[in-house]
Amino acid sequence: MKRVLLIWRKSLNLVMLSLTGVAAFGVVSVLFLILGYLIWNGSTSLNLDFFLKLPRPEGEVGGGVANAIVGSLKLLFLAAIIGLPVGLLAGVYLAEFGGKTFSFIVRYTTDLLNGVPSIVIGMFAYALAVLPVKHYSTMAGGVALGIMVVPITVRATEEFLRAIPNSLREGAMALGASKWKTIATVVVPAAAGGIITGMLLALARVAGETAPLIFTALGNQYWSPGWGQPISSLPLVVYTYAISPYDDWRRQAWAAGLVLLALVLLANIGCRIVINRKGVRSV
Amino acid sequence: MSTATTSIEHAAPPASGPRALLRRLRNGDEVAHVVTLIFAALILLVTSLLVYELWVRSGPTRAASGLSFLWTSTWDPIGGNFGAVPFIFGTLVTSLLALLIAVPLGLAAAIFLAELAPRNVSDTTAFLIDLLAAVPSVIYGVLGIFVVVPMMRTTIGPALKKSLGFLPFFRGPNYGVGFLTASIVLTIMIVPYIISVSREVLLTVPRDQREAALGLGATRWESTWKVVVPWARTGIMGSIFLALARALGETMAVTMVIGNNPKIAASLFAPGYTIAAVIANEFNEATSDLHRSGLMELGLVLFLMTFILNGLARLLIIATERGGGRG
Repeated sequence: MKRVLLIWRKSLNLVMLSLTGVAAFGVVSVLFLILGYLIWNGSTSLNLDFFLKLPRPEGEVGGGVANAIVGSLKLLFLAAIIGLPVGLLAGVYLAEFGGKTFSFIVRYTTDLLNGVPSIVIGMFAYALAVLPVKHYSTMAGGVALGIMVVPITVRATEEFLRAIPNSLREGAMALGASKWKTIATVVVPAAAGGIITGMLLALARVAGETAPLIFTALGNQYWSPGWGQPISSLPLVVYTYAISPYDDWRRQAWAAGLVLLALVLLANIGCRIVINRKGVRSV
Repeated sequence: MSTATTSIEHAAPPASGPRALLRRLRNGDEVAHVVTLIFAALILLVTSLLVYELWVRSGPTRAASGLSFLWTSTWDPIGGNFGAVPFIFGTLVTSLLALLIAVPLGLAAAIFLAELAPRNVSDTTAFLIDLLAAVPSVIYGVLGIFVVVPMMRTTIGPALKKSLGFLPFFRGPNYGVGFLTASIVLTIMIVPYIISVSREVLLTVPRDQREAALGLGATRWESTWKVVVPWARTGIMGSIFLALARALGETMAVTMVIGNNPKIAASLFAPGYTIAAVIANEFNEATSDLHRSGLMELGLVLFLMTFILNGLARLLIIATERGGGRG
């Protein structure tokens, strides 16, 4: 009886442990399946026209997504100048100045803001930047993405500033530097590498966002000069092309998806290697 | 974090009046403090403004239909009837079904990474899983449309009908799009969150816990399942809540495969709708201000759902980090 029980326990051990291995292997293989599928279906449509030409009218073969690539860059630029300064300074506050209760509230709110569904951020940006001027614009899309950049930047800045040893601050102060001078010339530069990686990671995340752009930037088949007109972006193109009934657009959806995924993954790989090397908790 | 250095207190007692304020502001430290404080407060301001805007913009619908918004199920923007039930139903069904698959899968993978795999294998795998979490949701949508939907139509659906067809959940016509397809796509999207948070929590469980169990004659699995996992349960719960909040708010991938049909159905093959999907589809083409305000109210409902879940999740994770488990 005891022997049977022991055999049962040992086999249960073996079975369950191998199942956990299968689960881990299965999940990781999904990443490679996704990559493989996109490369298989998308790479054949990648050519110079794809990067340099405007979309052709619906149903016609050919054309490219040049305007969407430029659009993504413009939106990211806006997101960066709106979101990064706020995130950086708020992060400095939390790491260097913050009191107990207020810091806790700010940190908690930041996490909650990070968890707000991106479609709701889109509605918020619509109310802020589309309703008052009554038309969709690049600016509104930038506002939506900028809001999403803030929480990630705050957390990254705070984590990296905290990782700077106190002796550095004390050294600067012992030499007579005031607190803000210590922060601005010693602490922040020492953490700059990490903070910049955190910022890039934040931008990489919003670069793939579609939902907040649908009713702020809207999308555009043509070039969008200035900042006040609707604009296209890579994720928007992937979305509209994938749900369209035209074969050629669907083909291009794969290609645009491949370009988007490649950019996002490369940015992530680069940033995460730097972050892991610094030994700071993942952001 | 307050630095260990003690700042030199100013000798003069803080006098009142605008001149004193000016003098204080001439001190660089005070200025830096105030400026960064303003930006930190800006985050609170933006978040409150978000809630305020959603509340005000959804005013017309609240005035027109009141609380019946939450328990009627007719969505007829042209007739002016706004009932959120089909969308709330679709959101909950797809998210909970995704959790049902993702939790065992994610927990198992996290156990493997934290307990069995050698450190470098574990770290590399965790790195790849973080990458999986970074894949834009529209990419999952594309794969959903072109890969999961056809698979659902030709293999998964018929197989389920054959084996489990006696249950009401697996009956009815199978179009490829619908609740089950959306749940499968959502599962793939939330598993990385469960794995990466649970793995970190499991790694914080002290070594002696495992050694004590093994020393008492437990097998590796028994020590993991009966000692390590219960120890980390608070943090694991936190990871599950985080994942659920993600699933509830996920828009693009779900919109592309859910079928966009505001009906409540018992069959998981039936096309449905979620809150995020209806906002994405109808907001731009809203037929009236009332329609738009109804969508705003749906946004408010979604916001509150994720807000509460995220709040709980954060508290659980903070509790684990402070108490080292045993919450």
